[in-house]
Formats: sequence, C-alpha cells, structure tokens
Amino acid sequence: MPKDGGIGESTKRREDIRFLTGKGRYTDDINLRGQAFACFLRSEVANGRINSIDTSAAMSMPGVLTILTGDDFTGMGGNPAGWLINSRNGEPMKEPKRPVLAHGKVRHVGDAYAMVVAETYGQARDAAAAIEADITELPAVVDMAKALADSTNLVHDEIGTNQCFDWGWIEDNRAAVDEAFKNAPHVTTLELVNNRLIPNAMEPRASLADYDAGTGDYKLYTTSQNPHLHRLLIAAFVMGMPENKLTVIAPDVGGGFGSKIYHYGEEAAVLAAAKAINRPVKWVAERSESFLSDAHGRDHVTKIELATTKDGEFLALRTETLANVGAYLSNFSTATPTFLHGTLMAGPYKTPLVYVNVKTVFTNTAPVDAYRGAGRPEATFSIERVVDKCARELGIDQAEIRRKNLLTPDQFPYTTPVGLVYDTGNYQATMDKMTELADLAGFEKRRAASAKNGKLRGLGLSTWIEACGIAPSNLVGVLGARVGLFDAATVRVNATGNISVMTGAHSHGQGHETVFAQIVAEQLGIPASSVEIVHGDTSKIPFGMGSYGSRSLAVAGSAMTKAVDKIIAKGKKIAAHMLEASEQDIEFKDGSFSVAGTDKAKTFGEIAFSAYVPHNYPLETLEPGLEETAFYDPANFTYPAGAYACEVEVDPDTGKVEITAFTCADDFGNVMNPMIVDGQVHGGVGQGIGQALLESTSYDENGQLLTGSYMDYAMPRADDVPFYTVDHSCITPCTHNPLGVKGCGEAGAIGSPPAVINAVIDALQRGGHTHVKHIDMPASPARVWAAINNA
Amino acid sequence: MTKTTMTVNGKPVAAETEGRTLLSAYLREGLGLTGTHIGCDTSQCGACVVHVDGKAVKSCSVFAQDVEGADVKTIEGMANPDGSLSVIQQAFQDNHGLQCGFCTPGMVMSSAALLAENANPTETEVRHYLEGNICRCTGYHNIVKAVMATSGQTVPAE
Repeated sequence: MPKDGGIGESTKRREDIRFLTGKGRYTDDINLRGQAFACFLRSEVANGRINSIDTSAAMSMPGVLTILTGDDFTGMGGNPAGWLINSRNGEPMKEPKRPVLAHGKVRHVGDAYAMVVAETYGQARDAAAAIEADITELPAVVDMAKALADSTNLVHDEIGTNQCFDWGWIEDNRAAVDEAFKNAPHVTTLELVNNRLIPNAMEPRASLADYDAGTGDYKLYTTSQNPHLHRLLIAAFVMGMPENKLTVIAPDVGGGFGSKIYHYGEEAAVLAAAKAINRPVKWVAERSESFLSDAHGRDHVTKIELATTKDGEFLALRTETLANVGAYLSNFSTATPTFLHGTLMAGPYKTPLVYVNVKTVFTNTAPVDAYRGAGRPEATFSIERVVDKCARELGIDQAEIRRKNLLTPDQFPYTTPVGLVYDTGNYQATMDKMTELADLAGFEKRRAASAKNGKLRGLGLSTWIEACGIAPSNLVGVLGARVGLFDAATVRVNATGNISVMTGAHSHGQGHETVFAQIVAEQLGIPASSVEIVHGDTSKIPFGMGSYGSRSLAVAGSAMTKAVDKIIAKGKKIAAHMLEASEQDIEFKDGSFSVAGTDKAKTFGEIAFSAYVPHNYPLETLEPGLEETAFYDPANFTYPAGAYACEVEVDPDTGKVEITAFTCADDFGNVMNPMIVDGQVHGGVGQGIGQALLESTSYDENGQLLTGSYMDYAMPRADDVPFYTVDHSCITPCTHNPLGVKGCGEAGAIGSPPAVINAVIDALQRGGHTHVKHIDMPASPARVWAAINNA
Repeated sequence: MTKTTMTVNGKPVAAETEGRTLLSAYLREGLGLTGTHIGCDTSQCGACVVHVDGKAVKSCSVFAQDVEGADVKTIEGMANPDGSLSVIQQAFQDNHGLQCGFCTPGMVMSSAALLAENANPTETEVRHYLEGNICRCTGYHNIVKAVMATSGQTVPAE
C-alpha cells in the first residue's frame, strides 16, 4: 500500500487547494487577447412566427462588431438527438431539426434567435435591445395531454404531430401483463407527477471561441462534461468541419448534473462569430438565461398500477407515462424516459411481469434532458410510491412489503422482465443496515415526542436500484444509441518515473484528480503524489465519452486500470532484460520488479528511466518508451442499490415539512475514496430533497416561465436540509469490471424523493388525515396544508 | 468614468471605473481576481461574497464606486502570509466541504465572517447564516461540518 493514498483511503482532494485560494480556472476566468463579447437575443414568447429581424439600428450601435441570426446558419446541420427510439408500431421517432439559432419560428421562451458581438458585454447587451424583431405570437403548446390531443397547434409544423414517439417496453410482454391485471386479487393505482427541475449548476454555461486564420483551427473553451462528445457534435453534425480542426477544452467546470453534457447552439454560434470577426468571442450565460435555456430535467406524468396477491406479493406492474421533451430534442432526451427509465421499472424487486408505455411530447417549453439520475429517479419514484400505497391498502408494514418482494442474493445474476441482467446485489443487507442506522425500532417513541409538540412525525422508506456505466456499445447500438459508450485512458510514465494519466472522463466536482491518482498509485505501488490526472482537453486526452450517469469510475477507471496493466506487462519485459531473467519469472509488487525467489530487483523508477534511456534494453524486440492506452467497453451496466429512510415532522397548522433525519445505506461495490463517496451521496440527497419539498418549475398557459430566478425557484439552502447519515459498508463488488465498482454519483438523487414523500404521507396518515393518499412534488407548505384541509 | 481607490487584499489599487461597474466585475475584470465568482443575476447565490471593511458583502450588489476608500478582502487574500491555507480554508479541505469549487469562495468568505462575529455558532446558526450562499454539490453537510470544526466543535460522524 502506497504511503500517500491508495485505494480505499479518504485522501484529501488535491484540487481543493486551487479552489480554496481563488485559483480555479473556469471558462469565464480565461481571457484571450482581443476577445469580444456575445449577447444572445432570446424569444419573449413561447411560440411565434419570425416575420423579420431588422438589425440595422443595432449594427450602428457603439462597439458592435457583428450580428448573426438564424439566416446565417441555414447551411449548417441540426443539433442531433443521440438516441433513435422507435414507436410501438415500428415507426422511427419524429426528429425535427434543431438549428443553431431559431429560424422561421421561435419555440420556447428563451429560444435564441440572434447574437450580437461587441467590444464589451455591455455594448452587446445594449445593441441586442435595439434589434427590431417582428414576431407574431402564436398560441403556446404547454400541457402535454392537450398537446397530444391537438393536431392543429404544433410545435413543429413539419412533423404533423406533437408526439415524438409512443414507446412500449417490452411490447411483447404487454398481453401477459394485461392478463395478470385482469386476474389479480388486488390492484393499486396511482397517478403522479415527476416535477420538472432546473439543474442549476452554480457555474452558468459559458463558451470562449478562438479561430486561427493561419491554420483554420478552432478552439472552444466551454462548460462541458464531455469535451470529445462536444467536439464530435459540433464538428461532424452541426458545423461540418473536420474534427481535427476543432479543439474543445473544458477547464474547471462548476457542476453539471447533466446539463453540461449537451451541445447547445450558443457554442456553435460563438465559433462561427470568432471566424467571422477573426477575434476570440466570449459568452457567459446570465443566470436568467440558464433558467430559460439549460436543458431541464424530469417532467413526467405517470399512471402506475401494481397487481398483487392479498398478502402483498407483487404479480405485475404497468405504467403509462407522458414525458415532456420540450421544444427541441436535446442530445439524450429520447434515451432518458425510455432506456434509462423503462428498463428500471422492475426496481430491486422480483415482480415477474412489467410493461412500460412512454409517450414523449413536444411542447413550447425549454428542452428536457437527463438531470442527475436521469430516468432512474422517475422510475424509482413511481415504483416506491405505488409500493407504499399498496402496503397501506393491504395493511402491511412498509418495510415488510419491501422485504417480501426484494430479490434475494441467490437470484443473481437476475434477468429482469424489462431486459436488464443484474449481476450482483444484496438488498436485504442494505435494508438491515438502514433499519439499524435509522433506528426504525425507536420511531414510535420519537413520534410520540413530536406529537407532544403538536407535530406530526412520519417515516418514509425507499429501496432503489440504478443502472450505471451504460453499455455495452454494441447492445446500446441495437437499441438506438448513435454513439459508443466506452471510455479511454492513456498512462504516460515519464522518464523520471512520475506519471501523467490522460482520461476521457471529466471532473466537474467529483474529485477525479485525487481518486484516479489513488487508483493508479495503488496498482503501481508508488505515491499518489507522483501521479497527475489530465482531463478536459481534446488535444491532450484520448477519445472518451466524458462523465455522466455515474460512469467515470466504472468505465474510465476500468480503462485506466487496463492501461496500467499494459504498463506493468511491458515493465516486466524490460526488467527481465535488465535482470537477465525470464519474463515469466518477473514479479511486480509494491513498485518493484523482482526475479521470483531472489533478491534481484529493479524499482519502477529504474524501469521507467531505462525505457527512455534504453542503453541496457532489448531494442530488437521491444520499443522504447513507457506509455499505454486502453479503451474499455463494459460488458454490462453496473447496478448500485440501496435502502433509504426519511423522517419528517409536519406542522399541521402551516403544512411545513421539516426533515429531521435522513439515512442512506448503499451498496456501491468497492469504494475507492470513502470521503468522496459520502460527499456524492450528500449532494444527491440534497438535490432529491430539493425535488421533493422545494423545487418547482412552472410555466403558465402562455408558456411563460414563472420560476426564472432564485427569487422564484426554491433551491435547497443550508437551513432546508439536515445532517445526513450515510453508509456504504454493504458491498457486493461488480462482477464484470476490474475494480469491482458500481458508481455513486446519482444514488442520492434517485433514492431520496420517494423516501421524503412517503414520510410526508406517513405523517399525515398517522396524524389522522387518512384521506391523503398522495401529494405531488414539491410537497410545499401550501400543498401539504391544502391536502390536510381538503378532506 | 471616475477614479476609484480602495485597498484589496492589503494592496492599494486605483482605477477609472464606470458608474455601472459592479464591485464583482471590477474585481474580476479590472484586477483579474477571478476567485470571486458570478453565479446569478439577482444577488441570491452568494458566490461573489467578499469582505468590505470586515463585513461579508455580495460584491454583485454594490458598485465599485460605492466602496471608495474601503478595505476589501477576497478569497485570494484568505491564505496565511506563507501561502498555506488559513484555518477555515483548511477546514473546508479536511471536511470535503467543496466539490466543483464554484460556490466555494463565497462560502468561505461568508463562513469566515460568521466566525468573526460568532466564534462558536450552533448548527442552526451556521445553517441560518449560510442561507445566502447556494451550493448545488454538497447538500451542505460537509460545509456546515467544516464551519463547526473550525470553531473546535464536535460534528456528527458519517
């Protein structure tokens, strides 16, 4: 074990030093000589026909360098959807073009239709206000059910419908599921809304484009979770340039949560403008623009039914969901409500029959895409709410009904009725751990104490599972993915023995620079401080798919491990030569290559030096140098899972919910850095509590966003949340990746919302308000009070 | 344009500023102190908190000219004179009180101001004081823990 941080240690984060001293380097902190500033003019109406855009007055304003509109981009391609979904009838989804800047029509409030570039941002903003756009406002399509019913008022006229697709999963199972419902002794039905959320990474989106007229090379500094994906989309799909003429750099990025996976039109627009004026062009979103134009999350309306025996054994599950995709298809918007949602509807349970129907709907609202958890929180919320309701209807204890139906350890590998193969797990272990840590046995005592204070205490549980590290590429290709889902790493051992690791994963808060170094150090038996992690720059790193879906460690970490294996293998060859032994006799341990059974050895540093100063080296059979790249395409998803408990106190006079305790017992497989894993769970739970109690994205019937600032959109703040109890000591290592890891980034956001709402319902039920069967998120004081009082 | 003078992180600075230039913009663009971050446009997020004459101030909510003559401290001025992390900065690292780092400068400046006013704040006091600083990454757990640890208090185990 290396002295300064190998696998399993809570090594403190090296990146913190720069963040704590103001030396982080985010996109807006980078300034290029001669840079100009862009301001986007955005639609004030949700649906409108663009009749004309007169830029002449604006062009004559001080400092204005150029103004571009949708007309300037008609020769470019559209920003594509990354996943082709077929409807139940076999028809491919509707895929209207998403232009760089709106052209012909504006389709949501905030849809950008012109860009002003000026010497200063103030000048660009002033000039944008002087553009005269003649836009005829049309009736807005906002409500999903109405959008489907109306074939005359369309978001995209050319596709003839507001439905993107009507997906069934698995369609062949539908008849059997329906039959099971017909014969079921008990059916629990619940209609619910999974509220639309606005991701709100604290760093707003930003882009700085540079163009070299001498070489024709473009460079884009941007807020990206996946710089290679951005380069591919911009170069190959939108702007039509060779990929090797574009470098994308995602420097320090201030949070993503999904919203910075996607390519947005502003990025192509600033690149085009940089070429047009032959100067660097910077754009930084104002927070208002983030609210209006970042891809939103969730926004499902679901009817879920659970068929059971009288004693609560699950027989079949069936859902119908309307999923909002907003005005345009964002890159993963079609995968999120389908393959990241429908395939998870078995949850951790042995329900034998499951059928999922999802209709995706275009509306005149901001595009909706993957947001922390992406489809899996929607699946978990639906399942865990209907299970909770079923238990109440049947008079079975909340924990008992779950234990009765959870898969047992002897059932793995387990093929679900929705097409996944869970490789391993122990859901009883996490239930037991949660039961102990949350002191479920002491709940009644705490409830009685709350009651004395006039408060209604409730206990909510949830069990969850997710599929991370989406893969393998050939399978997802069959299912409609238009990209591969491998990742890559290059391990470069420098002549002096220190190491640079170039990874396709991108860190925007996850601490990769620390934890990846721990892993490489452990494998090589060297100090973590001699390993440097390089990420975020397409000119330095191998082609990788970036960070989202809790995939970095399971996929990029595995690639790194495989690259280090190659380094060790080559090191053995070099050592064999230097030690005059057979390669088979060389052992590598604790940073030393030795001849088995002897004291003859060479240190890792000596081998590295020899590789670059190959004087005593087998040059006839072996290339010099010590640098290896590995690409890793996982054989399967990973399946982290856990059990959560939430305790709340509800004030019956005001409807205010206070979370008094929140407990997470998770199985993430092997844990590389417990401190970082704890932090990931804390953050996810914080976001989940935000969804459950606070965050609401409201559009009015005209498609105006009513929650477009921090004055209106209730972000969780320090005094909205408690200290959390988190545990990840239940470990069933992933069976198919070299580290045995599963992923932890989304867990908290997946497992927590149903636990919170189950707790609120429990509090009201125990408090005698037995008419309250469900409250939609966010369970704001107004909603809870109304639920109590609308008996 | 008006000549504006102030002390920033112990050094006197003077520059011509427009009336509409916010202190946050002046620090970032005028002085290149990009540790002060802009996370919103409604003075809600707190990423831009600095100290003006020892008090925590959202630097997006005052004009540069409004702090004429003042003593301003930013995150770049928080480390010890030898460059090592100050106690509060070290507590944030020790307790994993930051992830993406974007809200961190404001969070550290607010926390330092709290501890200057109240050396031994309760959990409730810490949470209440930090209400004006939004973090999307940490769920606040480790931030509150860091602030309480700085004041020598026991904090909950995981």
